[in-house]
Amino acid sequence: MNRFQAMRFGAVSTIPMIVGGIPFGIIFGSLAMSYGLPLWVPIAMSLLVFAGSAQFVALGLMAAGAPVWVIISTTLIVNLRHLLYAADFIKYVRHLPMGWRALLAFGLIDEVYAAVRPHYESGRLDAESGKWAYFGAIASFYLMWNTCTLIGIVAGEMIPDMSSWGLEFAMVATFIGIITPYLRRLPYWSAFLTAGTLALVLHGLPNNLGMLLAALAGVGAGVLSERFGHRDRQPTTTGKTAGEQP
Amino acid sequence: MKYTDPEILAIILGMASVTYGIRFVLYARAHRTHIPDWLEAALKFVPVAVLTAIISPMILMPEQHFSLDWHNPWLLGAAAAFGAGFWKQQPLLTILAGVVVFFTARSLLP
Repeated sequence: MNRFQAMRFGAVSTIPMIVGGIPFGIIFGSLAMSYGLPLWVPIAMSLLVFAGSAQFVALGLMAAGAPVWVIISTTLIVNLRHLLYAADFIKYVRHLPMGWRALLAFGLIDEVYAAVRPHYESGRLDAESGKWAYFGAIASFYLMWNTCTLIGIVAGEMIPDMSSWGLEFAMVATFIGIITPYLRRLPYWSAFLTAGTLALVLHGLPNNLGMLLAALAGVGAGVLSERFGHRDRQPTTTGKTAGEQP
Repeated sequence: MKYTDPEILAIILGMASVTYGIRFVLYARAHRTHIPDWLEAALKFVPVAVLTAIISPMILMPEQHFSLDWHNPWLLGAAAAFGAGFWKQQPLLTILAGVVVFFTARSLLP
């Protein structure tokens, strides 16, 4: 694959995520309008922060009049999961120059991770084509996200009750689309059930802390389940543990 | 809205900084960072665990209280998406199935 082909491959791989992101971006823009925020606020957030669920949480906190530091620290917690994505991606970006890594870090969101990650794993993308595909995924999703924010701002002005339509469901469906391909082996089911149940139980904790704890517990359940339930049957052949550090 | 413009600017720039910081901190030292094997083995569970933790309250507690009820369109839409996902494992089909069932249920149910 040359540069252009790889970029296009990345963008095309992201199409399902883009379809799910469109209603989500639109409702973000319209929600900001329904809270009476100045026009430039959702625009600047989508351009500079580029983090869907954190942007939503921030709008809710601003509508409730939360202090500035609370909004920023909540954003930190909600987005901490991206640190885990980065840790997983290090092996694919460590050979890149700093400028590339700085650029690719900006777009390390759930959807890009989900769209690009499987193609590295399968060997479809290598060190050179990977960075262009990763960039293509970011560029296409970023373009959609900012365009839909604008559409939402206009639509929110014209259709005031749009924010009550439940367009956020598109995010739920997108995430289910990311999750289901993993659910073919028991350890992933353990992670899934543990995280899902604990997130309900801990829902009352402030600042989405329940989400973070549930996610960590889910990861722990997956590890334990793999170690104690799966090991003696067959060695894992995913190739993930091999060939790490020279 | 009770924020001044400089306060809003501080919110957005603060959000942008912490978000970018989280995404970049490991990449910045990527050439020198070694992820131990046990951590590598744990990281593959991250997407499933994180995304499930985000959506499970949205699906099962849409009105902030537990609702395992077929009148709950979030639950119906999610069930359709999971069904399509297990059947074909094509994200686009999964998303469309979920969205169609959700909005149908929302408009038909009282």
